[in-house]
Amino acid sequence: MMGKSWKEMPIGAVIPEPGSSEKYNTGEWRAWRPVFEAQKCVNCMLCWVFCPDSCILVKEEKMVGIDYEHCKGCGICAHECPTKALEMKPEYLFREED
Amino acid sequence: MRPELIKEITYVPYSGNMAAAEAMRQINPDVVAAYPITPQTELMQFFADFVANGLVDTEYIPVESEHSAMSACVGAAASGARAMTATAGPGLAYMWEVLGIASGMRLPIVMTVVNRALSAPINIHGDQSDAMGARDQGWIMLFSENAEEQYDNLIQAFKIAEDERTRLPVMVGMDGFVISHSIERVRLLPDKAVEEFIGETKVMYPLLDVENPVTHGPVAMTDSYMEFKRQQREAMMEAYKVIREVGQQFEEAFGKKYEHIETYKIDDADYVLIIIGSTAGTAKFVIDKLREEKGIKVGLIKIRTYRPFPYYDVMDALESSNCKAVGVFDRAETFGAVGGPLYSDVATAMHLRGKLYPIVSFIYGLGGRDTNVHHIEEAIDKVMQKAAGKEVPLINYLNLKE
Repeated sequence: MMGKSWKEMPIGAVIPEPGSSEKYNTGEWRAWRPVFEAQKCVNCMLCWVFCPDSCILVKEEKMVGIDYEHCKGCGICAHECPTKALEMKPEYLFREED
Repeated sequence: MRPELIKEITYVPYSGNMAAAEAMRQINPDVVAAYPITPQTELMQFFADFVANGLVDTEYIPVESEHSAMSACVGAAASGARAMTATAGPGLAYMWEVLGIASGMRLPIVMTVVNRALSAPINIHGDQSDAMGARDQGWIMLFSENAEEQYDNLIQAFKIAEDERTRLPVMVGMDGFVISHSIERVRLLPDKAVEEFIGETKVMYPLLDVENPVTHGPVAMTDSYMEFKRQQREAMMEAYKVIREVGQQFEEAFGKKYEHIETYKIDDADYVLIIIGSTAGTAKFVIDKLREEKGIKVGLIKIRTYRPFPYYDVMDALESSNCKAVGVFDRAETFGAVGGPLYSDVATAMHLRGKLYPIVSFIYGLGGRDTNVHHIEEAIDKVMQKAAGKEVPLINYLNLKE
């Protein structure tokens, strides 16, 4: 949708394509970023259970990182993590290039 | 199958509410959701009778509020159904949030507004404050002078709303009680002819089309919201053409002309009145009377399409006359601004054309206050004084206890 003229957009804000929410980069909303430290992780998967946006990346039954394209930085994963393997840090620390 | 009731053009003694209900029966909408409120209650009661007697195929949803009535219509229209409702005064006010949702989602819903005053103080009688309060919610707004116009306008409304160029909801207003509850002669069209005129529903992105799933009503943030609003403005500009086209089609099919405005004895008029709704009828009587008794040449512009506002039509009509001064009649207040809403629109029209006629603003009929022949004669007298260069108050109240 970004960058399109009003003349090209479907009327009434209708989204005519199914399953398109993945294309919406909600990671841009993030003010706080969960930072993952693999050494502390015991793969209990509580973060995976609680993440409201399915942003916990899992490979071969192991937590491997965060989908920053879609993570909005709500902090629930860090709050639930029993070993403090996830820590919330201000987003600006990572976006100096902007 | 529902039975065919009216097989040929029939003249009947009907109230505005009866005429509107009859139009709804002939339109045979898929869904009607409504909540009763005076003076619309009777309209929905007539329609509920049609539902109970199997005269329509409509799914009738008696909801618990006007907010829900319009919400149900939004859901139905998004699914691809033809949806209708009706309301009045405070009911329209309670619907206000969802009015913008219906137009923003570009859903062709059609609604009768039986124009009623807003509270407080509480008042059930006719004025146009309700519709004027909802003016900027993106609906096409038509106004009827009498019961037959309400019937004809409703029949034209779906063709206007469903056109691919518009896809906007339409509200059709008639003055509470004076039109809604007064019996007059109404010409009814045959069921088949109405069905043929309106045609099949034209659906766009229907939710019930499971082969082509779509999302209705998503969030649109800073990066796209403004573009959708720009589209709505474009749709309104297109509606200006579509309303005229549908009016012409109606004339071809049923021999009665509908344009954005109706003019009455305008060609040689020295003074022009601009009025919305039932009072235009009273004005026509006064115009005839003054021409016959005193030779005073007064003309009338009646506004049928209020949104999109017919700036060009109004100015063309004024310029075709000998107009020396204009009287603009508002049946709604805009506290803190000059004149009423119609005054602002007429002033804008003059500015756009670069031709500024002297205007006298009249506020009349609030809360059903009577506006009779004498009050209109009084108003014309003030317009004549203004034309003669005399000082006339900027805003004049008709039939107010001073």
